[in-house]
Amino acid sequence: MKAIMTVTAPDRVGIIASVCTLLASMGVNILDINQTVMDGIFTMTLLVDTSTSSHKFDEIKSALTERGESEKLNIHIQRADIFNAMHRV
Amino acid sequence: MLSISDIMQTVNMIDHQHLDIRTITLGISLDDCADPDINKCSRKIYDKICSRAKNLVKVGCEIEREFGIPIINKRISVTPIAQVAASCSSSDYGIIGRALDDAAKECGVNFIGGYSALVHKGFTKSDKKLIASIPETLTQTELVCSSVNVATTKAGINMDAVALMGEIIKRTSEINAIGCAKLVVFANAVEDNPFMAGAFHGAGEGECAINVGVSGPGVVWKALQEVRGEKFDIVAETIKRTAFRITRMGQVVAQAASERLGVPFGIVDLSLAPTPAKGDSVARILEEMGLEICGTHGTTAALALLNDAVKKGGVMASNHVGGLSGAFIPVSEDEGMINAVNKGALSLEKLEAMTCVCSVGLDMIAVPGDTDSDTIAAIIADEAAIGVINSKTTAVRIIPAKGKKAGDVIEFGGLLGSAPVMSVKESSSHEFISRGGRIPAPIHSLRN
Repeated sequence: MKAIMTVTAPDRVGIIASVCTLLASMGVNILDINQTVMDGIFTMTLLVDTSTSSHKFDEIKSALTERGESEKLNIHIQRADIFNAMHRV
Repeated sequence: MLSISDIMQTVNMIDHQHLDIRTITLGISLDDCADPDINKCSRKIYDKICSRAKNLVKVGCEIEREFGIPIINKRISVTPIAQVAASCSSSDYGIIGRALDDAAKECGVNFIGGYSALVHKGFTKSDKKLIASIPETLTQTELVCSSVNVATTKAGINMDAVALMGEIIKRTSEINAIGCAKLVVFANAVEDNPFMAGAFHGAGEGECAINVGVSGPGVVWKALQEVRGEKFDIVAETIKRTAFRITRMGQVVAQAASERLGVPFGIVDLSLAPTPAKGDSVARILEEMGLEICGTHGTTAALALLNDAVKKGGVMASNHVGGLSGAFIPVSEDEGMINAVNKGALSLEKLEAMTCVCSVGLDMIAVPGDTDSDTIAAIIADEAAIGVINSKTTAVRIIPAKGKKAGDVIEFGGLLGSAPVMSVKESSSHEFISRGGRIPAPIHSLRN
């Protein structure tokens, strides 16, 4: 399944490393990344493929939520379909 | 990949602007559950609902998690029970009401709609039995919703049914006020409405259907804050663009639910359904257009623009649009409406005018407990006339608040919120309602 991930937090060193290491450890493939800092807020969007992972979507989502809570990152992961539908005619 | 700003816009809509799917409603035909023995009929109804809807909540929650979109309600609508029970010899339709309630609880849904009768032209014996049982059934059940259609543009207004519903609402309120929140009187009721309390699975529908109602007053409100002071052309365009996005989300969810449940997709209802939460109000959208408070002069025009732009934006986003489609103006479920009533800016008369241009009608209105049944019936007649003449759906969901007078507050809790008790005219409508008979269909109903 293709999913969009968003990560937002006050900017600091190591956010990308932390998130991407976790994804790699779960076998989730990153297809595309965009990242910027807006008014001191780190904002990253990733297009990922969860079908390469042996973990279920719910497990990946929980692991990301847990990582978000422990490192004070706001992380979402949602099916990509919804974004394409809302922003492309 | 989409741009960061597009992606973050969607995430913010869900996180901060109350964007959600208000309901996934599974319509189920009960035509094959008829039986002369009411106990057997109830059993067939219970079994069919439980078998068809057993995965509804599970699939709804699954979609919620994967798509990251809250789905507030999972509901069931069924064939109007007055039709299903027509061959039953017993008069105690409450047994069927309880079977519906038990089935809804077994499936884990929030509400089940269809304890209904369509009497716009006349009553069958079964219609009369069902309507007579409404007050007790709504008291003895928790999740059952009831609706009665008393008028259509094609048939005119059944004034006997209007008078009867005045009495039924009054009787329901005397037993249990919350019962009235689960009872709607319609003109031009639609067969694929996913919203409660008025959902039922119409006669023209198939075996089952998935109907989805979207919501997003908060998103529209936020979008309009970005174009403050601009001309109405820009306002309409902004609402259209926002409604398109909201509806596309509904369409994606409806398709996913349809595929996973193996049930045909019915419609997406292009709705703006408010909640009592701050920032999720239709009234606040109207105020954002430049009105000091909802209910002041200009409110009807603002609502007309909003309702039309929501439909125009939404219609291209879904391959089948239906239901009620438009902005809802339920007083108790809208923080801004409650505020407007409390400040004396929004009266019953102004709400009635607003129902000419919104999606439904007088919704979740509390009136003094001593309001008589003729006055309630006359309020229904006025609403039905607006629906019949304008070829639109109108409805009345009115709650006579026992022991309370104008200015008091009645609490319902949850999505239903709390309602300020609104004053009604004191002059009598008794002789008008006592006439009975039918108000003929308007000339423009003759379109063949």
